[in-house]
Amino acid sequence: MTTVRTEIAEIAGAVPDPELRVVTIGELGIVRGAEKAEDGRVVVTITPTYSGCPAMDAIRDDIRAALAAAGHTDVEVRTVLSPAWSTDMITESGWAALERTGIAAPGASGTPACPRCAHRGQPTPVLQISRYASTPCQSLWSCRSCLEPFNAIKKL
Amino acid sequence: MSGLAERATTVDLLALGDDALIAAQRLAEWVSRAPTLEEDVALANIALDQLGAARMLLATAGDEDELAYRRDDRGFRNCLLAELPLGPGRGDLDFGWTMTWLLMLSAAQLLRYTDLAAGADEHAAGIGAKAVKESTYHLDHATQWMLRLGGGTEQSHRRVQEALDGLWPYGHELAEGIRDRWLALVEPVLAEAGLTRPADRWRPDGGRAGRHTEHLSFLLAEMQSLHRAHPGAQW
Repeated sequence: MTTVRTEIAEIAGAVPDPELRVVTIGELGIVRGAEKAEDGRVVVTITPTYSGCPAMDAIRDDIRAALAAAGHTDVEVRTVLSPAWSTDMITESGWAALERTGIAAPGASGTPACPRCAHRGQPTPVLQISRYASTPCQSLWSCRSCLEPFNAIKKL
Repeated sequence: MSGLAERATTVDLLALGDDALIAAQRLAEWVSRAPTLEEDVALANIALDQLGAARMLLATAGDEDELAYRRDDRGFRNCLLAELPLGPGRGDLDFGWTMTWLLMLSAAQLLRYTDLAAGADEHAAGIGAKAVKESTYHLDHATQWMLRLGGGTEQSHRRVQEALDGLWPYGHELAEGIRDRWLALVEPVLAEAGLTRPADRWRPDGGRAGRHTEHLSFLLAEMQSLHRAHPGAQW
């Protein structure tokens, strides 16, 4: 039973986020639970990052497809709201994957570091261009040193 | 349907859900027309947040599609502010008008969602807690723009003051029952933006009882046309 549950959780958690393909929904903290009920039905519980996140339907479909590929065809994907998603739910490997692709963490003070210049040690000044970016969970910034724009995950 | 009468809080949920749904539809008018690309994305994201909150609230109050697509104007419980055009007249899109509208609306939504989050109904509290975080961003976005427009050029100041004068009366219905707390959020922004807080005179209402302006009918005609032509349509 434990093995099956772990397998289901791994499959569901390994589904890539439809909009940020470099991270999995497990790493983003979107998957809240995955288990097999007594009647053999698989129940996966997910939570939205933002309530209007348009990726939620795609995520539900992707979870069902991934589990179906592993032989689990009777799958129910439930959505829960509590506790509300927060950036603290993103895992360490999730942050690393985001950073590798040029998406910055919000930073302790709410000001992110430029992902291109961060490795130089000295933090470079950055400017917020917009509180909203290509996905609801990101904001748009510009580095005043390298002048490149970058996205950062919004603190929530 | 779990029964509208069963949930004591449903009247509030329906009103809140309708505020968010109608606001989402209004804001969507800006898509591809905002002054900058960043603002276009911002307004679209705020509209999406509103739609997300609306879906959660309406799905709790009943069948979300039935409620969104099958009710006539008299069945909607949104406040009048939510349905007003985002400019002085029907079909107008005025940015200062929109930011004033968003400041007023999101301040009220933030307070009502905060109250919902503290309520006894666990499911509704979850929706409230989720929406509080998003409303905080909306209020902040509107605030930043009010400061820039109010303290900007002679023209930007004049136009945002006109918007404030035009929309202010609708704040009575919007913030009914929470007016003092609402004023405590809105007035400091107006003061910092150098804008004159309008005097309280006319108090249009009726939205909560289903008596709406003509603007809601036009909005619904557009929002519901596809579903009415093709009942049950999905994509």
